[in-house]
Amino acid sequence: MSTPVGSRPALAWVVNISVILLVALWTLPTLGILVSSLRDKDQLAVSGWWTALTSSERNLVARSAPPEEARLQEGRYVLTGNVFEGNSGEVTGFGISSREPSAFAVGENAELRDGGMLTVDTDGDYTIAYSEKPEPGRGQRIFVSTVEPPKFTTENYENVLFSEGLGKSFINTMTVTIPATVIPILIAAYAAYALAWMEFPGRALLLAAIVGLLVVPLQMSLIPLLRLYNTVGIGKSFIGIWLAHTGFGLPLAIYLLRNYMAGLPREIIESARVDGASDFEIFRKIILPLSFPALASFAIFQFLWVWNDLLVATVFLGNNEEQLVLTGRLRELLGSRGGNWEILTASAFVAIVVPILVFFALQRYLVRGLLAGSVKGG
Amino acid sequence: MAISSTETGPSDGSPGLGAFFRNLVIALGIMAAGIVFAVLCAVAVFSALNTVLPDIKLVQAVLVMVLGVAACFGYFWGSNRLLDMIYPPRGHRVAENINAANGIRPWLFLGPAVIILGIYLVYPVVNSIVLSFYGPSGEHWVGGANYAWLAKDAAFRESMRNNLLWLVVVPAAATFFGLIAAALTDRISWGNVAKSLIFMPMAISFVGASVIWKFIYDYRAEGSEQIGILNAVVTFFGGEPQAWITLPFWNNFFLMVILIWIQTGFAMVILSAALRGIPEETIEAAVIDGASPFQIFYKIKVPQIWGTIAVVWTTITILVLKVFDIVLAMTNGQWGSQVLANYMFDWMFRGLDFGRASTIALVIMAMVTPIMIWNIREARKDMK
Repeated sequence: MSTPVGSRPALAWVVNISVILLVALWTLPTLGILVSSLRDKDQLAVSGWWTALTSSERNLVARSAPPEEARLQEGRYVLTGNVFEGNSGEVTGFGISSREPSAFAVGENAELRDGGMLTVDTDGDYTIAYSEKPEPGRGQRIFVSTVEPPKFTTENYENVLFSEGLGKSFINTMTVTIPATVIPILIAAYAAYALAWMEFPGRALLLAAIVGLLVVPLQMSLIPLLRLYNTVGIGKSFIGIWLAHTGFGLPLAIYLLRNYMAGLPREIIESARVDGASDFEIFRKIILPLSFPALASFAIFQFLWVWNDLLVATVFLGNNEEQLVLTGRLRELLGSRGGNWEILTASAFVAIVVPILVFFALQRYLVRGLLAGSVKGG
Repeated sequence: MAISSTETGPSDGSPGLGAFFRNLVIALGIMAAGIVFAVLCAVAVFSALNTVLPDIKLVQAVLVMVLGVAACFGYFWGSNRLLDMIYPPRGHRVAENINAANGIRPWLFLGPAVIILGIYLVYPVVNSIVLSFYGPSGEHWVGGANYAWLAKDAAFRESMRNNLLWLVVVPAAATFFGLIAAALTDRISWGNVAKSLIFMPMAISFVGASVIWKFIYDYRAEGSEQIGILNAVVTFFGGEPQAWITLPFWNNFFLMVILIWIQTGFAMVILSAALRGIPEETIEAAVIDGASPFQIFYKIKVPQIWGTIAVVWTTITILVLKVFDIVLAMTNGQWGSQVLANYMFDWMFRGLDFGRASTIALVIMAMVTPIMIWNIREARKDMK
């Protein structure tokens, strides 16, 4: 653009930095759950995702071996072991009450209530020494503060896909989305052609009706359709939801396709007519191939909308293993696993990854569709 | 324009009412035959294949999908063939036959769409109005009782207040940020990458976005390390951590942020196209007159794209009126964050009162209606 910005380096800097800030604000939230979903679940629970690359501090509780296992060494009864129980880590401090998990520095002696002296080393080895043979009982609880290196894992994904039922929901979402995207395109394309290139009484009225139906809130349709489905016997089935999404997507599909088809050059269609082609042939051999960009635009809209839909799926599908879609599952997990961020973040990413890939791959068509539907002169 | 309109005949541009109805009746007959033909074929193939194929849901779904698409094709192909058989475009009555067929064919093309739109969008509006005068199960006439209840219901007032807040804040903020983003990204070399990234949340479901933002708003008691970035920032600057989404009134704004985050990209894409469509001369003239970049933006560019801003604003407004998933997933209307769509869902699924739920749905519809009328008027202007 030939504005004088290029000649003002200071302003160019301000613009660049503002855009970097905007982009950061708009991408960091998503990045946050992606990073978190790959972190070890214990680290995720105690430190922010932005610290994922630094070592994290953690408090552990270990229990020593029972006192009766203490062996006599140099006149004292000694109990030894390791607080990590097979894992690795670095101890920075320890304590004997949960309120002060780092009351003592590594190597210091802490006196226990039963008279023993506890000390913990950096590598997690602990020693409890008693001057007399201790009473038998449960082991001593040892509180330690540790520093752990960052850990990344795909365990969270394995967990949500196979044990939390997300894999099943993924297939259910696919089952809903693909037919619900393809069927309205076909039906809308024929209707759009009729509205763009055929003459019949009531055409203007129909067009106005379709523009009006574009904004009818979904909420209006839920109860009447639920009752209708129960009367007819469709109930909660995939057929029912495909048809519902077809119905709700049709106004936009017809509107977009009609606008696009009406803009195709009249000469092509008229010369085909003169050559004796019927409307059916003109549609199939000329209009349909030429309308590919508009068909693709709508297909992406509908795909994103159906994949991301929660309301229609909740109303027209059951809340069971066989029919729960990704969005429904995610909502359920938010309720039942509210604090388990390793499950929620991994599940959310599974649910959003396909639309994001589709978005980046086919963004061009999406933008074109948006512009066709929205930009008006003026 | 179709050939038929240039000839005289029973089915030209302005036929009589009688011809119109005759065409419609014939079309309905052919349509019915076509649909029956397509459905029967699909069902026959389905039951034949279903016994052979393994009992896996995805396989069945693919089969049903292929058959569904085939049935659609079958209908359009079959009904056209039937029409050509009834009015063959050859022989000694060729002109009359073509005219007659041209009067009927549009209805064959439109048939499935009109039927589905009728069942899924038009009938429900009428039925909802009727249901709003009936009791919970839709069987007992209660007159205006549902409306009287609504007028006195405190939760409904709260939902209305919140919806109005959403209506003011979200379209304004999303359009504003979208306009800023469009203006800035158009001036830099990596603008398209930046646009893509700001646009991306558009592909994320409302529930997915809710998880993302719930993680940002996550709250731990004071003293323990915050894993939600908002509380981490607040404590870093010495503030007290808050359970943001449970703060009455203010939590509405924390939920709105999610929708603004999603919709800014939409506003940006459309406004960016509009900004690029501004005639260069107007800007050049301003530059020659010594206008600063800010003056050019606010005094020259923005006034020229008011029309598009209005379109963006109304599109987001319609979306806001229907906002549901975010509230359901984040708070489920607790802590004073209820909105109409979620309240309607509540009465439908938990309250199991179809009468009251329909009444709430009608309120949403009433709020959309002015925009609907405006859209229809604009569209009719465009088409002339």
